[in-house]
Amino acid sequence: MIPELVLLTLGVCGILLGLTLFGEFLRARQPADTVNPVLETYMIRVQSWWAMVLLFALALITGTTGVVVLFGFASFAALREFLTLTNKRKADHWSLALAFFVVLPVQYVFVGMGWDGLIAVFIPVYAFLMLPIVSALRRDSDRFLVRIAETQWALMITVFCLSHVPALLTLDIPGVGGRAVLMIAFLVCVVQAGDLLDFFFGRRIGRTRIAEGLSPKTWEGMICGVGSAVVIGAALHWLTPFGVLGAMGMAGAASVTGMFGNIVIAAIKKDRGVKDWSHLIPGQGGFVDQLDSVIFAAPVFYHLAKLIWT
Amino acid sequence: MKQPRPQYPLYRRLAATLVGQAIRLFARFVTAVRPDWRGIEPVPRQRVYYANHVSNADMPMIWSVLPPALRRQTRPVAAADYWLQTPLRAFVGPEVFNCVLIDRRPEARTEDPMEKILEALDEGSSLIIFPEGNRNMTDDPLLPFKSGLYHMGRARPAVDLVPTWVANLTEIMPKGEVIPLPLICTVTFGAPVHVRDGEAKEAFLARAATALADLAPEKRA
Repeated sequence: MIPELVLLTLGVCGILLGLTLFGEFLRARQPADTVNPVLETYMIRVQSWWAMVLLFALALITGTTGVVVLFGFASFAALREFLTLTNKRKADHWSLALAFFVVLPVQYVFVGMGWDGLIAVFIPVYAFLMLPIVSALRRDSDRFLVRIAETQWALMITVFCLSHVPALLTLDIPGVGGRAVLMIAFLVCVVQAGDLLDFFFGRRIGRTRIAEGLSPKTWEGMICGVGSAVVIGAALHWLTPFGVLGAMGMAGAASVTGMFGNIVIAAIKKDRGVKDWSHLIPGQGGFVDQLDSVIFAAPVFYHLAKLIWT
Repeated sequence: MKQPRPQYPLYRRLAATLVGQAIRLFARFVTAVRPDWRGIEPVPRQRVYYANHVSNADMPMIWSVLPPALRRQTRPVAAADYWLQTPLRAFVGPEVFNCVLIDRRPEARTEDPMEKILEALDEGSSLIIFPEGNRNMTDDPLLPFKSGLYHMGRARPAVDLVPTWVANLTEIMPKGEVIPLPLICTVTFGAPVHVRDGEAKEAFLARAATALADLAPEKRA
């Protein structure tokens, strides 16, 4: 077991314990027989955070297998949410079945085997070209381009991009060795912490909406959020092989991409007329809602790390 | 509650419970099926859940989202010719789902289906029925309803008739396909309807069908 991982898990559990006690304290001050809906939502969210943090820590401690399996299932849940809302017809049945039962598992097998060349081209090249062939052979041209484009988008977002989180384990950065899981912990921590602080500062001092009518995000909140991610990145630089300045830069790049990714995902939800992608994470919506910023940040983080440090 | 139905041996009841749980877990894992209690609460009241019918998976989906206490009191009304065709189905239909099996062939049957349905209601069971009679293979949201729902509503006016919309199953399992797609399935329960005093059959069936179709998520162009 890697000592840094234990330290980080204990640290995050400490923060969650503080948040839980804070909520319980507010609950205790609540007059008898009354319920504060904001507080109850907050407590449900903290509970979901506990579950996610413990599951994630367990996967990281297990190593490559655990991380690949965890993100494989997350991709499955996210792809299911995404394809529930896309255009499809009976003629797409086989290509959609292939997306779920072949493309997704094969991509994660490539990640597990560490074949980085295939990780990079399998979905953008092979799935991109093959699935439309399968759909076209069923001879239904109604909204054909929309159907194949939306299926490909679903695969890119929920499988290709998300698989770049466990793919960090395949990077051959000198001196990292078995400590590569710590880079995953670093990426997820800085992105999620940046999001939370963006939300917090946006509520406090946010004035200028970035995309009015689409997302509540504000420039003030985002600048503070990314700034906090950079500071947290510096504080957690010992998890990475990037050095202090490198860790700050990577944290900033990941956080800023993730926040704009959240706006893109909000635009898709608005287009489809839904508030959340699903109901599977209590208090948070679906897997895509929870992972949107990590999904956008992961491929960028992966490629910058590969470009600069290998 | 009195159960005058045949009492199966213990090992068969255990097997039925296990198979039922397996079906429920499979439905939840594949389609993440979930209930949307829009018009009613999940409380033990006697109800007839009437639902749209596009696939053989409709009934297990509704059955899976009912809380255990309600599920034990709820019996799907299903076609005897389908459920008695093979020994496996004859186990799953009557024993796992506890179906009320009715004969769809007016010329050959010996029992009146409505009598069997009312008998089940009088035992205190809730029911799941598909008033379109057959699976809907058209692009219309619903086929015209058969009159059974009206007769039930007239004969047992205290029972709530609950419109129940099962969404996305056409895409999950189009007719003629073998592999189900794991898309998210939602079962929406609407506000109950009752036959009004002096309401004509056609008027009631149209009103009940509208109440059901209104629960469907908006179709996007």
